[in-house]
Amino acid sequence: MSTIDDITGQIAPSAAKDQHGRGYDGHWALVWQKFRKHKLGVAGGIVVLLAYFVALVPEFLAPVTLESYMPAYSYAPPQPLHWGRDDGEGWRFAPHVNAYNSVIDYNSGRRLFEEDVEAPVYVGLFVRGESYRLLGLIESDIHLFGPIEAGQPFFIAGADRLGRDILSRTIYGTRISMTIGLVGVALSLVFGILIGGISGLFGGVVDNLIQRLIEFIQSVPSIPLWIGLAAAIPQSVPPLQVYFLITIILSVLGWTSLARVVRGRFLAMRNEDFVKAARLDGCGPVRIIFRHMLPSFLSHIIAVVSLAIPGMILAETALSYLGIGLRTPIVSWGVLLQEAQNVRTIAAAPWLLLPGGAVIVAVLALNFLGDGLRDAADPYSD
Amino acid sequence: MGHFMLRRMLYALPALIAVSIISFLVISIPPGDFITRTAELRAAQGDIMPLAEQEAMRRAYGLDQPIPLQYWNWITGIVTRGDFGYSFAFNLPVKDVIWPRMGLTIVLSLASLLFIWAVAIPIGIYSAVRRYTVGDYVATFLGFLGLAVPNFLLALAAMYIAFAGFGLSVGGLFSPEYVEAPWSWERVVDLLGHLWLPMIVLGTAGTASVIRIIRANLIDELHKPYVTAARAKGKGEFALLMKYPVRHALNPFVSGQNDIFVDIVSGGTIVAIVMGLQTTGPLLLDALRTQDMYMAASFILMLSVLVVLGTLLSDLLLAWLDPRIRYQQG
Repeated sequence: MSTIDDITGQIAPSAAKDQHGRGYDGHWALVWQKFRKHKLGVAGGIVVLLAYFVALVPEFLAPVTLESYMPAYSYAPPQPLHWGRDDGEGWRFAPHVNAYNSVIDYNSGRRLFEEDVEAPVYVGLFVRGESYRLLGLIESDIHLFGPIEAGQPFFIAGADRLGRDILSRTIYGTRISMTIGLVGVALSLVFGILIGGISGLFGGVVDNLIQRLIEFIQSVPSIPLWIGLAAAIPQSVPPLQVYFLITIILSVLGWTSLARVVRGRFLAMRNEDFVKAARLDGCGPVRIIFRHMLPSFLSHIIAVVSLAIPGMILAETALSYLGIGLRTPIVSWGVLLQEAQNVRTIAAAPWLLLPGGAVIVAVLALNFLGDGLRDAADPYSD
Repeated sequence: MGHFMLRRMLYALPALIAVSIISFLVISIPPGDFITRTAELRAAQGDIMPLAEQEAMRRAYGLDQPIPLQYWNWITGIVTRGDFGYSFAFNLPVKDVIWPRMGLTIVLSLASLLFIWAVAIPIGIYSAVRRYTVGDYVATFLGFLGLAVPNFLLALAAMYIAFAGFGLSVGGLFSPEYVEAPWSWERVVDLLGHLWLPMIVLGTAGTASVIRIIRANLIDELHKPYVTAARAKGKGEFALLMKYPVRHALNPFVSGQNDIFVDIVSGGTIVAIVMGLQTTGPLLLDALRTQDMYMAASFILMLSVLVVLGTLLSDLLLAWLDPRIRYQQG
């Protein structure tokens, strides 16, 4: 019914909206309208944007830089934040944490931490601390939050083995973990569009062969293969190259689902009226693909891409955790989780799992966003 | 049916050959071999291994041959004699190490699959029938969470809870006294006592996706005319649900079992490493690190074969369930 109404609506411009109340907006406006209705998708999108913002400027957001450490605060638990303080003349607002006094308990061999109420570390917003280069360009020493007096202990999420701030390191880890998914997916996308496009365009034997290949790759257990390939990277390779090798390894197996979507859209669209019309108007194949076909399945590609990123993040985290992915000095969530190798360490310092929480939030948000985008990618169906 | 089975099995053959080549290639890509690794290790301990000795060892192990020839020797050994080559690190034939480990891997994978079915099918049906209720939202949310939590993190969390909450020392599939013991009734009981935790950990991600598949398919079926017809005839609601729409909705679920089984076997590697299970995972990682090539290649090969066989089984199951597939392809 609605299609007929749509057609009559288009013929009679006086009826500016169809029965669903939709106006005659462009494709992207329709996609946006439909996406906005997917509440979880929007929420996921906001979290993802925030995460990429964190990835852009971790130097500003983290209280301390990666180089900072305090051996006396090895495995220190999170310092509770106090909002105010009674200094004899009554309570006043002064957010602070208390420094720790540590004693070694010789029975368990563990260091015990006690808050020292006499040594408050006042905390503020936009404080001066260690200097850094924002985006590698702007020299600055302002941090979003941290101790007002630089260099004082501030471990709001606890410390690791060497007394480094878990929160700061997790914030820095966002950069690598969130981008490795992007770079990996970008690579997969190149493979996927190329191979999927060839498959959809040529059809016949080529299509059949490529489809069998994709089925085969999808039926191979990926993690053992990933482990195998990642373990093949020699220890002597510099960290930056390891980063790129890992993205290549992830996309070697990751391109298949993208290729499937591209091929499917190609096949479905080859016989659409508007493609036929373009062909009859004398457009060449390149113009048809890029001017007419690509814009209408770009939204599908974006949706598949956002659903492919979480898989890459999970894979990188797992490989790095096993010690065959990224390595220090690169800081990713997986590298940080290496600290939590066994149950005893975790039982003694559960805050080491904070980067794991970041992984879960990022993957959930990307999944919600991808779900919303997938629903919105085809705004013409209900 | 017989015709279809034969065809489907013939299709699996090239996949198996390709898998064996890839398994071997992955192991052969890294520069150096087990001998150079050993020499490096010894050098780190201050013990220099003369080049002549390295060459002699290489010849003894057949590592001086070109890679295609090494592959040929390896694969013909497996096919004709069931001989997977020699593990340099264990100083044992690979087959002596691999079979007990593979057995436990299969047991764990199947247990996880059964766990997924037992949990996900009822929840999926409930979610679809009671759509948009609190229970549905809880199930959907838990499903998403199950997808988002990395397997190894879940394994760590489960071990932490068992350790800190219940004082259980988990890890491994056996109590220490049964690890090396021969099979006995007590050992089986001991295995079952340890199996449930990795089974739940491994099954969680799969449970999430099965719930979503069943829910989506069943929702599509629930409002079809045949359901209304059956209801109009006065059939009870539960019997009706089980007899018609659920049976319909199970078809896509069965064909989705491939991916889930692949994920179980694949994810099982990492869970096993984290939890120290006596399955293939930890040994595979060690073998890759020490470049114990026949061992590593055999493990990857066997895991892939397990997956190919799983795919074959689920295809046959689907053909048995759905005659349309038999006739279309057979």
